Amino acid sequence: MKNVLLSARDLSIQFGGVVAASNINLDVYEGENLAIIGPNGAGKTTFLNICTGWLKPALGTVTFLGRDITAHAPREITKLGIARAFQIPQLFAEHTVLENMLLAASAHAGRWNPFQKLDAIPERGAMMDLLALVGCADIADATARHLPEGKRKLVDIAIALSLEPKLLLMDEPTAGVASSEKFGIMDMIVAALSKRGVTSVFVEHDMDMVTRYANRVAVWTTGAILREGAPADVLSDPEVVRTVIGG
Amino acid sequence: MPWRAILIIVSALCLLAAPFAAGWVQSFLVLAIAKGLAVLGIVVLLQAGQVSFGHAIFFAIGAYATAFISRAMAGGELVSLLIVSALIAGLVGLVIGLFVVRYRYIFFSMLNLAFSMVFYSILEKFFHLTGGSDGIRVLRPSVLGVVLERESFERLLYVVTILCAIGFGLLVDRYLKSPLGQALRAIKSNETRLEYIGVSARRVLLVAYVVSAVLCSLGGVITALAQGLATPEYAFWIRSGEFVFIAILGGASHVAGAFVGALAFEGIRNFAAILFADGWQMVLGLMLIGVVLFASEGIAGLWVKLTAKTAAQKSEAAQ
Amino acid sequence: MSAQTLALAFFDGVAYAALVFLVAVGLTLIFGVMRILNVAHGSLYAFGAYASVSLVTGIGLMGWSPWLAYPALAIAAALVGIVLGTAIETLLLQRIYAKEEALQLLVTFAVFMVLENVQRLIWGVQPYFIGEPVQLLGNISLGGIEYTAYQTLLLPLIAILVLFGLRLFLKGTLAGQIILAVTEDREAATAIGINAKKVFLITFIIGASLAALGGALAAPTTSILPGMGTDMIVLSFAVAATAGLGQIEGAALTALLIGLGRSFAVYLAPEFEVLTPYLIMVLVLLVRPQGLFARPEARRI
Repeated sequence: MKNVLLSARDLSIQFGGVVAASNINLDVYEGENLAIIGPNGAGKTTFLNICTGWLKPALGTVTFLGRDITAHAPREITKLGIARAFQIPQLFAEHTVLENMLLAASAHAGRWNPFQKLDAIPERGAMMDLLALVGCADIADATARHLPEGKRKLVDIAIALSLEPKLLLMDEPTAGVASSEKFGIMDMIVAALSKRGVTSVFVEHDMDMVTRYANRVAVWTTGAILREGAPADVLSDPEVVRTVIGG
Repeated sequence: MPWRAILIIVSALCLLAAPFAAGWVQSFLVLAIAKGLAVLGIVVLLQAGQVSFGHAIFFAIGAYATAFISRAMAGGELVSLLIVSALIAGLVGLVIGLFVVRYRYIFFSMLNLAFSMVFYSILEKFFHLTGGSDGIRVLRPSVLGVVLERESFERLLYVVTILCAIGFGLLVDRYLKSPLGQALRAIKSNETRLEYIGVSARRVLLVAYVVSAVLCSLGGVITALAQGLATPEYAFWIRSGEFVFIAILGGASHVAGAFVGALAFEGIRNFAAILFADGWQMVLGLMLIGVVLFASEGIAGLWVKLTAKTAAQKSEAAQ
Repeated sequence: MSAQTLALAFFDGVAYAALVFLVAVGLTLIFGVMRILNVAHGSLYAFGAYASVSLVTGIGLMGWSPWLAYPALAIAAALVGIVLGTAIETLLLQRIYAKEEALQLLVTFAVFMVLENVQRLIWGVQPYFIGEPVQLLGNISLGGIEYTAYQTLLLPLIAILVLFGLRLFLKGTLAGQIILAVTEDREAATAIGINAKKVFLITFIIGASLAALGGALAAPTTSILPGMGTDMIVLSFAVAATAGLGQIEGAALTALLIGLGRSFAVYLAPEFEVLTPYLIMVLVLLVRPQGLFARPEARRI
């Protein structure tokens, strides 16, 4: 039996009249790639928000490596080993791509010496390697504000990876990336994750990505988990096909 | 960057030589550069996009700490005055900062304003302690044990001011280029992401706040020593506004902007005071509006644009 | 503290709260709709006071009926609100709506500096006093103590009228609904054809007039000094922030809270008179950073 890395128990929250989470129970196992699918507004991003401390659930708990993190702030949860890449990429708009990475690396390494320049930190080489991994080495000196959507996504993921997390949460990782490049890049990311023993949870709308990369799938619908299991079983389930895949 | 070092050395030499040209230049420069130090504090906070409308409180703390110590110790000693006043201001900055860094933008600005005006009214009202609106006289301190005549002391104060400006300018420049300083700019562009790389925005801002408090107080110490007086006006909101104006005028993108802006501002202000004795505050306000509307990057920004243009032209010509 | 002093402090506090409310509600209304903190609000208050001094003194010089002072106060407020309000919004604010908050704040701060200077140029630094409007209404006797009807009855009455008037206007009229729509979602409102520019101008004029009204009504109760603008901007911000920026009804409550707090401080511990409003604000914000009545906004990522 594999180790449970993250455990969500009885999570419930609602906004006004909208139920964003209702009795969510889910375990994330070490080393797996878990895909979360479901129609828009089903509560997938809300789940990620709760797990990373951005939202406090009305009911329920989130445990990470045996520790209750329900009331923790995103900052603390990040330091515990959960990194996040967002649906709308969150970059430091006025810094260059490399500087974005260097800031994350400094934070992770605890480099707060006021006399060392940011571009001179020793992690610079490793950051360039990470950028190469996601195919963004050539735009290292571009200002984040000017990047096209697909590249923003990839830089967002690279920033999350630079934090050397145990668990990586990705929200639609290749949305906006050119179709010709999607598989190539995702191949590299998943290979890197596997090499570093990083568990991943990724929200996806593209079923090709799900079949290709997920070990397990959880289906969200109106704040609850409809089905959960191996991709082949879940994706052929008639109710899943009806609610999520359509047709 | 060799040409930067050359620029600093040349400016330093010019400044040192200036008083020999005309006597009044020295006192003008001391006050202007001291103001520049205070403005440097504002520039630090501006990196995070935060404007404090109340930093005159630290300027006044520097001045009054100097006044109290000099009164208690028959003048005191210069270097220790600078250090002790800075420490006191840093401490107060830490206390106020702990509260104020939970806020952003309007709240940050106005809360700082409120604190400074409370301090101002304390300075004014408790006159048996603070001398009221007349203030407290500041006696001339010795320097490392040596008692100086007025002229020599003023000359030395001038040199110390220039050294402080260059020294702190370089230190702050280093700080702003370090991860801690760059995190300030990250607060401005995406505080969410900052939290999500595990950094406490509040802590980053608090460090900046204490640094800014120390810088402002140093400006206050030098001004009090130069003018021989500490008055409640040092904490008044108009003075805070001046600091912010100079920061925008000089340009918040570069450390030198604080000093260039201060020199430009003091020059214009003296000029305007001669022309519009009763209206210089209005002139200031109108200029601030003008700068915000038409040149919000300030003098430093214009300089950057100019040098970028010349560099682009040069590379075009080379091709 | 005797029952008499208690009563004095209470009525004093309520009168003061009424004035502060008028200024604070204008400030909070402007912020709620336009998301700009008008630092010049304090000047508008001061200008309202000085303008009413000029008008009332003028009435006295012309030998007209002293009862004309009351409409004069209202006219002074309206004049200041409309003239200065329009000037500030059309010449300056319109240009900075798209700029970053720090710069917006700087501009209104600069306007404040300019207006403070203009005020000094026009009216000088000497104190003014126009006591007739208060004296005319005479005193009323409550529990054996004499109070001025102006402060005990008129001021709170006007404040209550303004509060309910604003409420009625915003919720019950088309214009008010349009203002509320722009407040809630500027983009959506513009998308359905609402002229946000006009809404901003009208809102600013209303807010400015309210500040000026506060000043005009305050003029007969105290001596008018050059620093009154500064005191009032920080105070009205304290009231608005404690309630939550944009909260109109809340501002009435916090105005009372702070007005009474300050008033009791005057009678109990006079040195703390100036500190009390800020102490209250700091204590509230420590516990509820967004203000007493504001709904914490859901941050979206």
